[in-house]
Amino acid sequence: MTARKFTLGNVFLYGTLALLSLFFLMPAYMAAVTALKLPADISLPTAWEWPSVVNWSSFSDALAKLRPDFINSLILTICGTAGSTVLGSLNGYVFSKWKFKGSDVIFTLFLFGMFIPYQVILIPLFQTLRAMNLYGGLPGLILAHIVYGLPITSLIFRNFYAQIPTALIESARLDGAGFFSIYLRIVFPLSIPGFVVTSLWQFTQIWNEFLWGICLTRHTANPITVGLANLAGGQAVTWNLPMAGSILAALPVLAIYIFLGRYFIRGLLAGSVKE
Amino acid sequence: MREASLDKLKAFLTLLPSMILVGVFVYGFIGNTIWTSMTDWGGSGAMALEPQKHFVGLENYIDLFTGFLGGNFRQDLVNAVYYSVMLLAGAVGLGMFIAILLDQKPKGEDLLRTIFLYPMSLSFIVSGTIWRWLLAPQGGVNVLPKYLGFEPLTFKWLSSQSAVLVFNWQDILRILVYVAAFILILVGVFKLKKDAGRAMKRWLIPGIVLGALVWVFGSILPDALFMEEEHGFNLATLGIIIATIWQYSGYTMALYLAGFNGISQDLRDAAMLDGASHAGYYRHVAIPMLKPITISAVIILSHISLKMFDLIFAMTGPDNAATGHPALNMYLTTFRGNEFSKGAAIAIVLFLIAAMFIVPYLVGQYRQQGRR
Repeated sequence: MTARKFTLGNVFLYGTLALLSLFFLMPAYMAAVTALKLPADISLPTAWEWPSVVNWSSFSDALAKLRPDFINSLILTICGTAGSTVLGSLNGYVFSKWKFKGSDVIFTLFLFGMFIPYQVILIPLFQTLRAMNLYGGLPGLILAHIVYGLPITSLIFRNFYAQIPTALIESARLDGAGFFSIYLRIVFPLSIPGFVVTSLWQFTQIWNEFLWGICLTRHTANPITVGLANLAGGQAVTWNLPMAGSILAALPVLAIYIFLGRYFIRGLLAGSVKE
Repeated sequence: MREASLDKLKAFLTLLPSMILVGVFVYGFIGNTIWTSMTDWGGSGAMALEPQKHFVGLENYIDLFTGFLGGNFRQDLVNAVYYSVMLLAGAVGLGMFIAILLDQKPKGEDLLRTIFLYPMSLSFIVSGTIWRWLLAPQGGVNVLPKYLGFEPLTFKWLSSQSAVLVFNWQDILRILVYVAAFILILVGVFKLKKDAGRAMKRWLIPGIVLGALVWVFGSILPDALFMEEEHGFNLATLGIIIATIWQYSGYTMALYLAGFNGISQDLRDAAMLDGASHAGYYRHVAIPMLKPITISAVIILSHISLKMFDLIFAMTGPDNAATGHPALNMYLTTFRGNEFSKGAAIAIVLFLIAAMFIVPYLVGQYRQQGRR
């Protein structure tokens, strides 16, 4: 790369990028500033100004209110992610290396499940969970996340396993290895990056989900998104609490994104079906 | 040989549980919702474990589109259409623009990419909560001009009642035919260069004839309603659209950036040698090459805009009719109003609109796999 010169093009490039960065960072700044103010200092005309006294107690107050929901979300997200990635890995293995007649059709039918607006399955899901005595608690929600996670996890693993040379599988078969031993000895050890990508994707999706959380759980099993909506939903709210709550609810996924961004982006791209 | 077929059986059995789960939870449930939408399940006994249901055919749908009480749903549907179009244009356009800027390899590219993409990791509830505060009438964005020495804005972001592009729902049939004619003509104009004769016969002439027919004989088409009912693009939804574009343009940026990086440097150099400018390179070489990416982005964004629920719930609350969306309406009708069959009908309408985009896309994907 040649040295950058001070040209009109560069001024435009960096100027636009700076403006866009400000636009993208604006909500984060606003959330942080409001969360750090004393409730009495929060007023609409001075919303942008830095707090005169930095007050951390909003975070502990918000955490006190959101702690049960936070724990629910942790359990939900970990179980849902584990279940859907393990099943997705096995499915992806079959879809890419053990194709049978009609498996491509089945795969396409799976993918369709990824794109439906979830409102269309909400009522029967609600009824089924009620009939199975799973309505209202975490197990039912976990089940829903595992099932509706299958399309995307199977897709990501299928694309990932397509990169493993088929010759490797063939030679293992000639050496007498069967379906499961090939998976355990060859495919699984190679799929750690696939597991990282898929788990991050599922973790983010399940952590951020709201519709099922609000429709399928009772108060004691609410995930964090529902807790935050309740915290922010009241009419006479002081805005420091919802802002602190937003930051808390965003922290786990933001941490993943900042520290494992490369895998996060790969999941993002893998989720867009294109190969 | 026998072992090989045993392995095939194992493969099939491994897939079987997922097949059953997806079969029941996706296809079975969709069928069940279709059935529910044709019953009268609702009212006081709706929450019983074995509720009373009777088959009523398409009555719920007719109510939604032409009934007296369906006005809210119709406004929501109109909102959803405007919302989808603006989200698509905004997020694809801005995402592509940022990707082109970052493709110039500015200093600090990694940091910039992180900044543009972080909203994607947030939940709609989180971003909705923050944006609601940013769009508060006497604060947030509206007071920003003050710091530059201007008067503060007075725009009512989330509570405006004014609407633009208003049309009368009574005329919906005529409008739909006009839209169809317009699309035919548009496709014809695009195809004119490739094969003028076919474009005229297949697209342009039918489009013009159809448009002229409605213009002359349109009054024969039945009115959808017996009274006038106006719907338009409500300005209060602008705030929600901006928040969604903020959240999703980083995603399209990532898609395009991956695409731009995939184009070989040789091709780029060749284009430049042939005298293409920067703008020319993107307009004539890079962006046409990334058509599959654009299609993916459109499919995914329209899917997101159709199930838009959390963000609106967090930003304007469940009770603001002006910014409603069918996805939110479905939740309110079903779980707050206990009108399960009406909720199911709304869900099916959403589903049909989504299927219009997705089925052709998936069929295309499947065919592509077959060819390889």
